[in-house]
Amino acid sequence: MKKYIFKRVVIAVITVLVILLILYLMLDLMPGSPFNDEKMTAEQQAALYAKYGLNDPFPVRYLRYVRDMLKGDFGISYAIQKNCPISTMLKARVPISLRIGLQAAVFGTFVGLILGIVAAIKRNSPWDTVATTISVLGVSLPSFVFALLLSYLFSYKLKVFPLLYSSKEAFKSTILPTISLSMFTIASIARYSRSELIEVLNSEYILLADSKGITRTRLICTHAVHNALIGVITVLAPLVVNLMTGSLVVEKAFSIPGIGSLYIKAIQMNDYNVTLSISFLYSVLFIFTMLLVDILYGIIDPRIRLAKEG
Amino acid sequence: MDETFNPAASAPDDFRPATGDHREEEQKAFVNQSYWHDVFHRFCANKGAVIGLIFIVLILLFAIFGPMLSHYSYRTVDPLSTNLKPRIPGLEKLGIFSGYNDSVSTAYHYFGTDNLGRDLFTRVAQGTRVSFEIAGLAVLCDVLLGVVYGLVSGYFGGKVDMVMQRITEVLNSIPTMIVVTLLLLIIKPGMGSIIIAMMLTGWINMSRIVRAQVLKVKEQEFVLAANTIGDTNRNIIFKEILPNAMGQIIVTFMFSIPNAIFMEAFLAFIGLGIPAPMASLGSLINDGYKSAMIYPHMILSPVIILALLMLSFNLFADGLRDAIDPQMKQI
Amino acid sequence: MAERSRILKVRDLDVSFKTTNGSVSAVRGVNFDLYKGETVAIVGESGSGKSVTVKTIMGIKSNNESIDSGTVEFTYNGDNGETVTEDLAKLTPREMQRRIKGKRIAMVFQDPMTSLDPTMSIERQMCEGMRYHFKMSRKEASQRALELLQQVGIEDAEKRLKNYPHQLSGGMRQRVVIAIALSCNPELLICDEPTTALDVTIQARILELIMKLQEERGISVIFITHDLGVVAKVADYVNVMYAGKIVEKGTVDDIFYDPRHPYTWGLLSSMPDTSTHDDRLYTIPGSPPNLINNITGDAFAVRNPYAMNIDFRREPPMFRINDHHEAATWLLAEGAPHVEMPETLKRRIEKAKKEAEEYGAV
Repeated sequence: MKKYIFKRVVIAVITVLVILLILYLMLDLMPGSPFNDEKMTAEQQAALYAKYGLNDPFPVRYLRYVRDMLKGDFGISYAIQKNCPISTMLKARVPISLRIGLQAAVFGTFVGLILGIVAAIKRNSPWDTVATTISVLGVSLPSFVFALLLSYLFSYKLKVFPLLYSSKEAFKSTILPTISLSMFTIASIARYSRSELIEVLNSEYILLADSKGITRTRLICTHAVHNALIGVITVLAPLVVNLMTGSLVVEKAFSIPGIGSLYIKAIQMNDYNVTLSISFLYSVLFIFTMLLVDILYGIIDPRIRLAKEG
Repeated sequence: MDETFNPAASAPDDFRPATGDHREEEQKAFVNQSYWHDVFHRFCANKGAVIGLIFIVLILLFAIFGPMLSHYSYRTVDPLSTNLKPRIPGLEKLGIFSGYNDSVSTAYHYFGTDNLGRDLFTRVAQGTRVSFEIAGLAVLCDVLLGVVYGLVSGYFGGKVDMVMQRITEVLNSIPTMIVVTLLLLIIKPGMGSIIIAMMLTGWINMSRIVRAQVLKVKEQEFVLAANTIGDTNRNIIFKEILPNAMGQIIVTFMFSIPNAIFMEAFLAFIGLGIPAPMASLGSLINDGYKSAMIYPHMILSPVIILALLMLSFNLFADGLRDAIDPQMKQI
Repeated sequence: MAERSRILKVRDLDVSFKTTNGSVSAVRGVNFDLYKGETVAIVGESGSGKSVTVKTIMGIKSNNESIDSGTVEFTYNGDNGETVTEDLAKLTPREMQRRIKGKRIAMVFQDPMTSLDPTMSIERQMCEGMRYHFKMSRKEASQRALELLQQVGIEDAEKRLKNYPHQLSGGMRQRVVIAIALSCNPELLICDEPTTALDVTIQARILELIMKLQEERGISVIFITHDLGVVAKVADYVNVMYAGKIVEKGTVDDIFYDPRHPYTWGLLSSMPDTSTHDDRLYTIPGSPPNLINNITGDAFAVRNPYAMNIDFRREPPMFRINDHHEAATWLLAEGAPHVEMPETLKRRIEKAKKEAEEYGAV
């Protein structure tokens, strides 16, 4: 198990470095220079370049970049808020995005699991049809469809929830965004937990456990679900990606001042620094989550947890 | 089961040996059917998949013939007809789709007009066409890339495979969205650049599937047999391995299309979509979004078409996968 | 034979499955008996209905399966010591689960690689049944599990208790499965091809284990197999099944030395034997019938080289050969021509009889 974790961590670190390499290459290739003031003369520009070490060889600059990024020093914004350190801009926004993301993940997983498990147990019943329909819809329809639908119904027509985000009604205004964001998660997890559970329920060891004479509830809870969960974990990768892309959409749709909407703004205003920094953030988040999932996988599945003995 | 045997009820030749014509009965039981025949039947039995296919075809026809049939162009701006609600001849007599006149206009716009007075029916049809083109080309390219990569990696195995797989593992850890966004920052968004950006990230999944198939088939004996006869590597790959992997390739292809359409729409939503006046489903949704609450018709038509398209493709691809290999693990 | 108490009485059992292509009759009118302390083997090809029959006895059924008719009378010792006889076919799943499964009837499955839960330790899996049926504490159950593991011949039992299935070999896993089956002291043990998935050397050991445990505990055993070698070793009585029906039943001696049904002849002939001088291995031509279609007459007729016209017209009833030997073939009816078993088979049997005399009966 230790070897397994170590290998995963090494790959994660390498990936982060590769990403930073790509990001830095892009930064380097960007047209224009950090000092865009036309008022400066050529000598002043040259002096500034030397001062900031922008004439150093590539590897040196790259490593400096890596060090800065890992410290959290993302540089400054050039277009959105001139000369504002990016880390300050992010500080206020990260908790909001994180909160909605986590809420969506937890809510989505929970609801998805319940839907999937019940659908598998009561196969071919009305519940199963409902669960399958929700799954197909949730997987096929992009999150902005849900965002629009939900906000139209509940905010515009029924006026139950606030239309746009406001920090005064923090929790209430995150409900609709959370639900929209979680639809894909609900659908994916429902679908996979259902199919995994059905497959598990058809396996020999369930038959054996059944022949022991234990109750059906015990059978499902202790044997079936555990095994099915192992299969469901494999689906977590696309889920995290979807949560990230979905958060962009949802934040724009509900005007939530999170990282996603900042990202969109940065792209539209060509603020490279901000764009690259947030890209880095998202990538690290993704890699870190994948590492967590891999470790989780190792813990849950005893076949990985214990090295094979004689 | 009768316990008593009544001799009187028997026919005189009961105990004569049976003649040979009964043997054919046995053959009847197992009719030989080809593989694709089975696939076709299994597919047709899946109602959802068939409905999906029908809708795909309908929307495709709409995309191809829509702009031609309408007398409006997708780019002509008409300041006099802005923000009109849909108006359909015939149905307007029923009270719905009767249009709403900001200005005096007697024209029929099936889907209404947008904020610049452009006819939405034509724009949506055009946009659907563009979305199809982008998705289709992008998926085609990354299928080719993925298949080649997977074939090479799987077939040659060993060091080659290990290196290639490490590369994909690292590449896979970078979220697609990020890569595409960054790419589009450098190369300004346009039809070509979007296709290239999507192509560069979509092949990984396909290569993984193809490689798994290659590995599976490689184990089987007829590859060993072909090798023993001395068949060249290229021949083995194309004649033996590829046909077996075809089913999975087709299914993954079909699943990649809605992903590509979604990706394009998503990019448009962030502002990296097709520049005006060209339209794609994504950019139409983005445009309509701004006035979604006041003029819902502007965003409704592209959203409905997009939703239908993605749903149909997913149902279709799902059905295709179940038909081709009922036991295939769902990706 | 001294007092034989009957444990199981199966009569006219009909089981069918509903499929999208129609209804498949997997078991068509099966009758057999099982007496205390004895081993009955059910032999047949895949698809003959042997697994479905025993699963029905056990109360394991799929969603599309239904018992169309028949009774499965099971006699056992009730909780208060009195003797209870119940028709298992009429019990609800809940009743089966509480009273019968694991507690009175237990099953050993075919493939040890897949019959144990990969995510649960051996200890937990073994204690599960005991803790539920006997309300034992964890310590008591673990203690008993340890003893059971030792009884089934697993060395280093303490270490093995904490292991997970993937850390054990196939033979060891099967021993664990047997231990689990015996953990709640059932009176009837059903073994569904328990050695098919194992190496030949391990096969013999597992069979010996089962026989030893049977003798020690006085359990009755139903043994399902397609391997006649196994039958010869473990069975007292044999039921030969084909296409959902029992076509011949008798003692082991009856079946091996005096088989009467052409299908049994076919089975015996197809056993590889080092002493035969034939250059070809005999197999029964053709394949089992598709049970979706209704079968007129004898189901085996199509593959039967000795088939007569009546075999295609009417289904043969069971004909008595003696007290303990019956076969369902028209060859035994009055008026049927005298047909002898194939020459090669006859010679083999003669040889086997001679060997038995020389080396003394086993």
